[in-house]
Amino acid sequence: MSPPLSALNSQLSTNGAPAPFLPSAPGPSVRAVHDQFHGDLLEVSMGPQHPSTHGVFRMVATLDGEQIVKLKPVFGYLHRNHEKIAENTTYLGSMPYTDRLDYLCSMSTNWAYALAVEKLSGQAVPDRAQYLRIIMAELTRLVNHACLVGFLFNDLGTSFTPLLYAFREREKIIDLFESLSGSRMMCNYQRFGGCRVDPTPEWLKAASTLVDNFPRFLDEYETMLTGNEIMLARTQGIGRLDPQHAINAGITGPVLRASGVDYDLRKVDGYGFYPRFNFRVPLGAHGDTYDRYMMRILEMRESVKILQQAFKELPEGPIMDPKAKIRGFRPKAGEAYGRLEGPKGELGFYLISDGSPNPYRYRVRPPSLINLTLLEEMCLGHTIADSVVILGSIDIVLGEVDR
Amino acid sequence: MTTSVETLEQLRVRLLIRFPAADVTLVTNPGSSAEHSLLFGAAHAREIALFLRDDSQLALDYCSNATGIDWPDKEITEVTKTFVPDPAGGPAKTVEHKTTHLQPGYLESVYHLYSMALKHGPVIIRVRTANRSDQVTIPSLTPVWRSCDFQEREIFDLYGIVFEGHPDLRRLLMWDEFKDHPMRKDYVEPDDYEWEPTAHGDVAERAKQHASFVAGGATSATASAADPGLISVTSPKDGPGSASPATPKPEGLKP
Repeated sequence: MSPPLSALNSQLSTNGAPAPFLPSAPGPSVRAVHDQFHGDLLEVSMGPQHPSTHGVFRMVATLDGEQIVKLKPVFGYLHRNHEKIAENTTYLGSMPYTDRLDYLCSMSTNWAYALAVEKLSGQAVPDRAQYLRIIMAELTRLVNHACLVGFLFNDLGTSFTPLLYAFREREKIIDLFESLSGSRMMCNYQRFGGCRVDPTPEWLKAASTLVDNFPRFLDEYETMLTGNEIMLARTQGIGRLDPQHAINAGITGPVLRASGVDYDLRKVDGYGFYPRFNFRVPLGAHGDTYDRYMMRILEMRESVKILQQAFKELPEGPIMDPKAKIRGFRPKAGEAYGRLEGPKGELGFYLISDGSPNPYRYRVRPPSLINLTLLEEMCLGHTIADSVVILGSIDIVLGEVDR
Repeated sequence: MTTSVETLEQLRVRLLIRFPAADVTLVTNPGSSAEHSLLFGAAHAREIALFLRDDSQLALDYCSNATGIDWPDKEITEVTKTFVPDPAGGPAKTVEHKTTHLQPGYLESVYHLYSMALKHGPVIIRVRTANRSDQVTIPSLTPVWRSCDFQEREIFDLYGIVFEGHPDLRRLLMWDEFKDHPMRKDYVEPDDYEWEPTAHGDVAERAKQHASFVAGGATSATASAADPGLISVTSPKDGPGSASPATPKPEGLKP
């Protein structure tokens, strides 16, 4: 026999679920549908092998009837101690391994690592490389958001058709990545002080054409799906996240902006050449799953704008700083934290150098992991089927969660 | 690279006025990023963190990153040079005296704080444990910034820092039965990663005993008859003699 729900509520506040940290903000509450009936609580372990958990992720959900009253994420199934491995290899040696963190967005992850190392060693980057980095990062954002939106519809139960529409576009972009870097997903493209390969004019023309045609895909997709009745019913008001809790829990990226917090590192930090670009930061109003979906669509439209400007303004010149030291690279002792706006949120690298060829400390700040902090609060009171959609809208990659 | 309002040194002075009993030190960063940080004594760390979050001038409402760092014991060698004049009238000789002393190690937790409201940062704060073995408790900052929740669990898991006041301090990435802290600098990988006690060490020890017994002149068959426990691989956890003498399995081991 299970305890009554009131007893469970008090247990929740002491055992596991932390009390609300900001008393002014209304915390998510556990609603009881039938106060007079108390059935057995059912514990459902979803994952680690489950198609809707987007990898080897596990959620242990406790159900009262169909409602989730407790949900604990379980991590570590893909843990390979990335940080320790990176501390035992050279700075450049970890660059290909950063591809494997967020394996959908290797270009951005490369850049985040290069950014941190350049900050650590005081390395300058030539103009053309800065533009190429922005081109690659925004193409990666298109890849990531297209994938995410496709998978979100899969989680809603549309069985692959919208996903394959999105994958068709993604495939065109990763074909470009392959012709440039030699690999579809593990691009290993950025270097400390520049980029590895200079794209040919033909490549740039192909990429520019693709970007110009991308809004047509978005229009087509939105016409079919954004106003869909089932989509609206399943996502509006589901998994609400209020801004105070989100800020306190370190949620970043589109998930945070869907709650209406204006915090985009491309604007706030202005890293790279982003201050030269004209783009807007879309913000949500409700912080629900639908807003998180729309945030991705709107960000893709803004990315297209950035890309079109970048192709127009791309200067000629070297792609590597000629003074960049590649062999025997030893930054002097010190530390640096470099971060950028990855497609999933704030992706940071914290490096400590002791003057040797290997970093003394190498830390990845994984947006996927930290964005899961409030997963339980977002799922409380909803059903398992909704929790799948909420998890899909947060957008995680297990290579980065478990590292 | 501190706040837009005040330098880190000014912040330190302000904190010392506000918390006279607290221990606040400026840690300089010699690297080219010049991101300096503030080291807090563990006793007042959470009060100061709350102040940093709620102060209207700073409003550090967002803790981006929490990192564990291991600083093992370091042997520091100091060389003192003395000049000894040559009694014969030649040039003076230099005699070097080396003294070594041990600088005790510690574990450290570093937090990168930003303000989403005022859009400034980072302010980097550090808290250190007393040593690396038995006094590894520091206050958790999860009650101040919820974003430290998983990150402090990860530091507890991989470094062994115990965060006092953390609502749910369990291992995050390694499995619960795992014993050591793999990110420590002196961590040695086990020969096999099975968490269950396996027969390997036990069996290897028996094989060694068996080999020395055979080298002493006895045959394998008499050895198994004399002490069946020596070559029993079926129940390696049991003591010698618990396996039945009637069913020795000499093929399990090669002397």
